[in-house]
Amino acid sequence: MSMPAPIAPGTRVDGFTVGERVHAGAMGCLYDVTAGGAAFPMLMKVPRLDTGVDAAQSLLAFDTEALILPRLHGPHVPRFVAAGEHESVPYLVMERVPGESLDRRALPLAPDAVAEAGAAIADALHELHSQDAIHLDLKPDNVVLRPDGSAVLVDFALAHHRELPDLLAEERRHAAGSAPYVSPEQVLGSRSDARSDLFALGALLYELATGRAPFGAPRTLAGLRDRLWMDPAPPAAWVPALAPALQEVILRCLEPDPARRYQSAAHVAFDLRHPAEVPLTERAHRKTASGVLAQARRWWNARGHRLATQAEREAAPVVMVAVDTRHPDDPRQPDLQRATRRILSLSREFRLICVAVVPAELAGSPGQDPQVEHRIRLRHWIAPLAVDPARVSLHVLEAPDAAAALVDFAGRNNVDLIVLGAPAPGERARAGWRSGASTVTASAACSVHVVRRAGRLPGADREE
Amino acid sequence: MVLALLADVHANLEALSACLAHARDRGALRHAFLGDLVGYGADPGAVIDIVAEHAARGAVAVLGNHDAAIFGDDAYLNDSAAAAIEWTRTVLTPAQRAFLEALPLAVHEERACFVHASAAQPERWDYVNSARAAERSSRAAQRPYTFSGHVHDQLLYGSDALERMVAFRPRPGVPIPVPAHRHWLVLAGSVGQPRDGTPAAAYALVDLDAMRITFHRVPYDYDRAASKVRAAGLPEILAYRLERGV
Repeated sequence: MSMPAPIAPGTRVDGFTVGERVHAGAMGCLYDVTAGGAAFPMLMKVPRLDTGVDAAQSLLAFDTEALILPRLHGPHVPRFVAAGEHESVPYLVMERVPGESLDRRALPLAPDAVAEAGAAIADALHELHSQDAIHLDLKPDNVVLRPDGSAVLVDFALAHHRELPDLLAEERRHAAGSAPYVSPEQVLGSRSDARSDLFALGALLYELATGRAPFGAPRTLAGLRDRLWMDPAPPAAWVPALAPALQEVILRCLEPDPARRYQSAAHVAFDLRHPAEVPLTERAHRKTASGVLAQARRWWNARGHRLATQAEREAAPVVMVAVDTRHPDDPRQPDLQRATRRILSLSREFRLICVAVVPAELAGSPGQDPQVEHRIRLRHWIAPLAVDPARVSLHVLEAPDAAAALVDFAGRNNVDLIVLGAPAPGERARAGWRSGASTVTASAACSVHVVRRAGRLPGADREE
Repeated sequence: MVLALLADVHANLEALSACLAHARDRGALRHAFLGDLVGYGADPGAVIDIVAEHAARGAVAVLGNHDAAIFGDDAYLNDSAAAAIEWTRTVLTPAQRAFLEALPLAVHEERACFVHASAAQPERWDYVNSARAAERSSRAAQRPYTFSGHVHDQLLYGSDALERMVAFRPRPGVPIPVPAHRHWLVLAGSVGQPRDGTPAAAYALVDLDAMRITFHRVPYDYDRAASKVRAAGLPEILAYRLERGV
């Protein structure tokens, strides 16, 4: 197969009218296309097939995207429209996402803007990972920010999908992502670990925050391997005003051992949105790159990780428990605590969000700060569970409608499971937030675990 | 056109019937029987009759090593397999035996090759149990698609940029695109004697127009198949394997 001259504007291909060529790269070309009745702007992607062995690579990258893109859905990926062949060259038509590519931003960004863009990208990665796919080539050119601030991931040419053949499995040179962002395990040949995307996210956040790539842009395999043992200079070395929480998040993403990184993009998004809740470690306070001894230790540790690169991502749920802090002595509290403990015991890598909802009218009453008061009560409530404080965060929401507030908070924080108490006998008909369980169950986007007191069957409720 | 790929039925009537019904519900209009109709199981005659009926209506059927052992050499089979072949010879009618003898080693169509073992020297019954073996078979087939059995495993090999075969273990029920400009080698799994710890029958449905393949696992009444094996006086291990999928 060879690549004919660029497709001329005005050419008709299977109902699409080809417009201007908007990009010509080593792997392929992108054209604007239109079609009657199309609801959104579209792009046609065509592989570059005119350069020998590289043509085979280009076709493979194209095929990889053509396999995976139709399987993805949601606002964080371009919508797949069609795939076909034109003069024996395959093509792919997808949504042209409106917005600005991240590589157009002038760097460094202000720290708040870094956290905002980072959380949006982490949301998109979380969505992608929950669809069984891994991007494996996250970099500024592959992120489009929509006008509303949400992120869209583009270019799935190096991606991996758990339910589809990975034809790049035997590739080394071509499949190993982009040098400034690629994770150490990808350098060693791993293509099945979603945490690789979190390393790339860390490198990207580092660049957004400092204007520099954490490991430069090495051109050799040896140069790429440096990141197995080399600590990057902490972002604060370049931007002294950088918040410790942001540095903590960035450096945790950049841990060479996937097991020491975040285990879920949802956790990254959460920390970027709630910097006050980020547990700070030594990473947060680094001012200079580690000394020779620390680097040697990192190198020594990296040796062992070569075998662990294929490890499956551990389940790392975000669990949200709704606590009625207005009635701390309610006999149902121990049941909710027991249920929460049981749920958390199922995974080591959870993130627990404890939420109290305080009706807005109470928030306004004089002489007390409901934020402080209910936060103290939440802390007291969670204490018997002896959960690692680094995994817990406490939130007091002030809202007139508790159920709506819980559902909204869960939705914005990628919560996987909401745990809350069932209404007590006699309370079902009453207004107020305890009868919100059914509303939350009906309208939450995630699973909901409704805890009922042992021995209290729903039928028994009615008899009382 | 949806084509059902059925390999290694091994005289298991219950498993074959379940797969045929499953395929019919999903619009299969054509069938390919990828060898080893007999051996191990207790219903060789009934299975051959069903396959012969399908073949008369245009189904593909190729010879497997257990089928060949009926009228040829069985010295290389293990004891329980050889015992089953010995018993099978005593229960087949001349017509059923003749059907097996007439089966070709491989069938080549425009875009697909059907063969029990490797398309490179099918008569050697080499196992396609590595990427290299898959490359050899696919190259010899000279077609985008090579459909085979013999290895009682569901696996899909696809060619990469350097024409190396890359293995993929499919998840049952998930359609996988298989564009014809690459080479694909399909191990359809075993209908009648799955060995991956799951007793459910294994087969695949491929749509060559849409260039898409879906592997399936079909639950069937293996208790009944196993009790027939015991009733026929075949080695106990053959019944046990059906119950455990090993």
